[in-house]
Amino acid sequence: MHDSSAVATHGLRHHFADMEQQRASATLGMWVFLVTEIMFFGGLFAAYLVYRTAHYDAWVIGSEHMNFWLGTINTVILLCSSLLVALAVHAVQVGQNRMCAIYLWIASAMGVAFLALKGIEYHAHFVEGAVPGALWKLAVPDPRAVQMFFYIYFVMTGLHALHVTIGVALLAVIGWHAARGRYSPVYYSPVHVSGLYWHFVDVVWIFLYPLLYLIAHKKA
Amino acid sequence: MWQTLPLWPARASTLAGRTDALMIFMLAVTGFFTVMIFILILVFALRFRRTRNPIVTHIEGSNALEAAWTLIPFGIFMVMFIWSAGIYMTWAQPPPNAEEVFVVGKQWMWKFEHPEGQREIDQLHVPLGRAVRLTMISQDVIHSLFLPEFRVKQDVLPGRYTTTWFQTTKPGSYHLFCTQYCGTMHSGMIGEVVVMEPAAYQAWLSGGNAEGSLASTGQKLFQQLGCTTCHRFDTQGRGPNLLGLYGKPVLLDDGRTVTADDNYIRESILTPGAKVVAGFKPIMPTFQGIVNEEQLLSLAAYLKSLSQPERRQPGSNRPAEPPHPASAPARSR
Amino acid sequence: MATIAAPAVERENYLNTDFRVRSWLLTTDHKRIGILYLLSITAMFFVGGFAATMIRLELLTPAGDLMSSDTYNKMFTIHGIVMVFFFLIPSIPATLGNFLVPMMIGARDLAFPKINLASWYMYITGAGLMMYVVLTGGVDTGWTFYVPFSSTYSNTHVIAAVVAIFIAGFSSIFTGFNFIVTIHRMRAPGMTWSRLPLFIWSHYATSVIMVLGTPVVAIALTLVALERAFHMGIFDPRLGGDPLLFQHLFWFYSHPAVYIMILPSMAVVSEVVSTFSRKRVFGYAAVALASIAIAVLGFLVWAHHMFVAGISAYAALVFSLLSYFVAVPSAIKVFNWMATMYKGSVSLATPMLYAMGFIGLFTMGGMTGLYLAALGIDVHVHDTYFVIAHFHYIMVGGAVMGYLAGIHFWWPKISGRMYPEAWGKIAAATIFIGFNLTFFPQFVLGYLGMPRRYHAYPPEFQVLNVMSTAGASILAVGYVLPLIYLLWSLRYGEVAPDNPWAATGLEWRTPSPPPTENFPETPVVTWEAYDYSSVAEVPVAR
Repeated sequence: MHDSSAVATHGLRHHFADMEQQRASATLGMWVFLVTEIMFFGGLFAAYLVYRTAHYDAWVIGSEHMNFWLGTINTVILLCSSLLVALAVHAVQVGQNRMCAIYLWIASAMGVAFLALKGIEYHAHFVEGAVPGALWKLAVPDPRAVQMFFYIYFVMTGLHALHVTIGVALLAVIGWHAARGRYSPVYYSPVHVSGLYWHFVDVVWIFLYPLLYLIAHKKA
Repeated sequence: MWQTLPLWPARASTLAGRTDALMIFMLAVTGFFTVMIFILILVFALRFRRTRNPIVTHIEGSNALEAAWTLIPFGIFMVMFIWSAGIYMTWAQPPPNAEEVFVVGKQWMWKFEHPEGQREIDQLHVPLGRAVRLTMISQDVIHSLFLPEFRVKQDVLPGRYTTTWFQTTKPGSYHLFCTQYCGTMHSGMIGEVVVMEPAAYQAWLSGGNAEGSLASTGQKLFQQLGCTTCHRFDTQGRGPNLLGLYGKPVLLDDGRTVTADDNYIRESILTPGAKVVAGFKPIMPTFQGIVNEEQLLSLAAYLKSLSQPERRQPGSNRPAEPPHPASAPARSR
Repeated sequence: MATIAAPAVERENYLNTDFRVRSWLLTTDHKRIGILYLLSITAMFFVGGFAATMIRLELLTPAGDLMSSDTYNKMFTIHGIVMVFFFLIPSIPATLGNFLVPMMIGARDLAFPKINLASWYMYITGAGLMMYVVLTGGVDTGWTFYVPFSSTYSNTHVIAAVVAIFIAGFSSIFTGFNFIVTIHRMRAPGMTWSRLPLFIWSHYATSVIMVLGTPVVAIALTLVALERAFHMGIFDPRLGGDPLLFQHLFWFYSHPAVYIMILPSMAVVSEVVSTFSRKRVFGYAAVALASIAIAVLGFLVWAHHMFVAGISAYAALVFSLLSYFVAVPSAIKVFNWMATMYKGSVSLATPMLYAMGFIGLFTMGGMTGLYLAALGIDVHVHDTYFVIAHFHYIMVGGAVMGYLAGIHFWWPKISGRMYPEAWGKIAAATIFIGFNLTFFPQFVLGYLGMPRRYHAYPPEFQVLNVMSTAGASILAVGYVLPLIYLLWSLRYGEVAPDNPWAATGLEWRTPSPPPTENFPETPVVTWEAYDYSSVAEVPVAR
């Protein structure tokens, strides 16, 4: 905060005293935003917990209709993309704007792959009739509760997919800025906070994956 | 004057006296502190006004004072908490020997059914001095049954039974309000509770429009719906034997145990697959959309009667008696 | 804004740098955004006030004769939604908070000025959508949107109203998020946490609630909208859902939301009581910690709105106990404000009158909250006019009184003009009298058993309702008065000095109105909060 040396002030907004204050504000801002996001998903996790406790058997049945392998591959994709984003932040810190851009673009492409696989899964659910409401076709013992599982599944993964979509666009744009040499080891907050956001998207999936895909396997 | 400007509601149940006693205690305590704070603000504002007290005496704070006005209110609050919790626990636990009345709320009326078979709309007759338990359910949105003179209120939910109870202390006719906003005619979803001397109540019960007791209606329905095909009373059929089931613990196929109460019976009829009894297959079809809330109540009453061969307490249910001439219930206000 | 006439030798300030509409609509200056919020929430206040007037007029007679039941239901719903989500929640934080938080800590702006502007645009979008709902037929669910009525049975614009609240909710998240980062990262040199004005502490606590609570109600309302749109039930009992889950999620936000409304008013009162007693706030640390304690405990008491909703009796016991806990820090604040006046040098200017009114009425609101936390009594008074009276004592007697105290206190700083003191006092007295006459009879009505949201009621409740309506008409006059004389003062008011109250905050150590950058150079703080020896004495006792 008391850094008075004449560092490069490219990218310093007028209302900040110095780069350090600006960087610290951006980082804290993203953390606070992520807390908001956690509470946003938190409401859904609460609903999930309430109904899973009430209808455990139905949850197992619903989980059996998940495509275990697609879910697992998607988990691996997201984890790897998170690693790439971490590498991108490192690259920009050491001044390698081009490497940073490449990492971000690959991570963004992996996000697209995640969405594509998710789309395949959704399609399969539609074909199978595992969609609550009028399109429901599954013959299961307690259809209301299983529909509830799928409803929560669609809302949670849908909200997550929305976040992935935003993240894909964000990483692509930040990558583009990086490729044009906009960042420096002094000014790289956008890369850093976008990275935080992507890790958050990843972490949410780390919770969704076992909660939705692995219940059936726990029973076996 | 008090006719046009009432200040305190009538007390007509055992709970009303207890609630009012706590209310008066709280009025005294909070009234004392409120008046004290108002007076002190005015006194400080005048005594220390700038023209009279131009020089400020700087006082930074005082840990002793902070502790005092943290702990003293806290202590008083705990008295209020414990006292009020006592009343609430009484309210939350109906006495086991209470008379039973079933309530179905719908937009925008209250339907009451006595086990003896009497049905009423927006009017409930109860005997003086007897504990009455209401088992309530809604057909549509959430309602709330509020009896101000009894100091009793309970939300009425769709999909699940809730209960409340009261024991009356004064004959008369009392307000009955819906207090959970339920749509257009919410303020029209009102009625009255008529508290009658026991003898007059008995007369009222046996006169009028009874079509047989609730349990006997349930029994007929049980046969009409073909329940007896699987739920047999002589041997074990494809479904569990329901004789003596009511109120007993039931072992489910996933290892859990539930009590066979009204809510469990209702759920098992509407969503048979949800809680399957251990050793049976989930083959029962759903009766969602086939039986309505009132029929569900009669089925539960029938199953309950199967557990109580003597049929409730003596005297409260006498379908075999010759009908008394219908007598108009006494009303006073 | 053309009403603010520029005298010949006016210093350059945030108001006169640029007069074009564009310069207002695209501003990132926190002070101008505060003004934008001030104008928009004032408009919404009068929309909500109109609905309240219609409600009170209908209740003059026991029969539902002024309007139909459906219209009445829409009136109280609009009153609730507009007042809660579009007036009270943004009231102090988005206007005074926006204006003052950076100035009080010696910053040039909030940490994220563009997000701050975006927050206003989200608010305006939400408010516009809500006005669309009002004008095209309204919504009749009550501001609480209880399912399954809202998700299945209502035939009104529920989805649009829910979306409007969702959008406005994000404007409030953005505000809170900006305050937290600003207070953490943007404090001037020497402005340590223990030197922060209590206004900042309260706004910090408020921001935490905004950031943690708002997303939960957003998702709950989203689920209602989805359930309504696609008939996929998560709350509908016919589809295996539990309507009580909605109530839990709703109150998880909406109870803390009460503290979003009251904490900023407490913030104002701390400043005003100290300034007009010329004495440091008694027990600074206790008052600061009480704000944080209220924010934390406020998240643990939501189910006290559900004691008769069908929750387990043991859960009710826990929530009742915790509700008593949250009453303690409120009591601490009241006692500390009074102790601040003790042996001070008190002047009864308009802001101080409002602040004293706040302390008294908030005390009554808080004390009656104890009745509602008392399980046995809540069974009787829940969903009656007792509840209505209680929360209006907190929100009108408390939050709005504090808001008006703050508007008058900082008006010289905001506008550069003094408000007319005599009119200020008349309005304050009118509001105090009108308020009590409106809402005190409702406590009695509630204990007698009059349920809330009733279009028609039994005739024995009429006298008390007539008293209430009479009080409401006095209250309405009291609210129109400041609107008139504050606008009048923009042109004819005395030109305000930089520090008319000889207050100690950093905002008073810069010109009135302040320059765009707030301070000619970044201030360095070397004094404690409320150190009256650091400023000149007030020459005249107002």
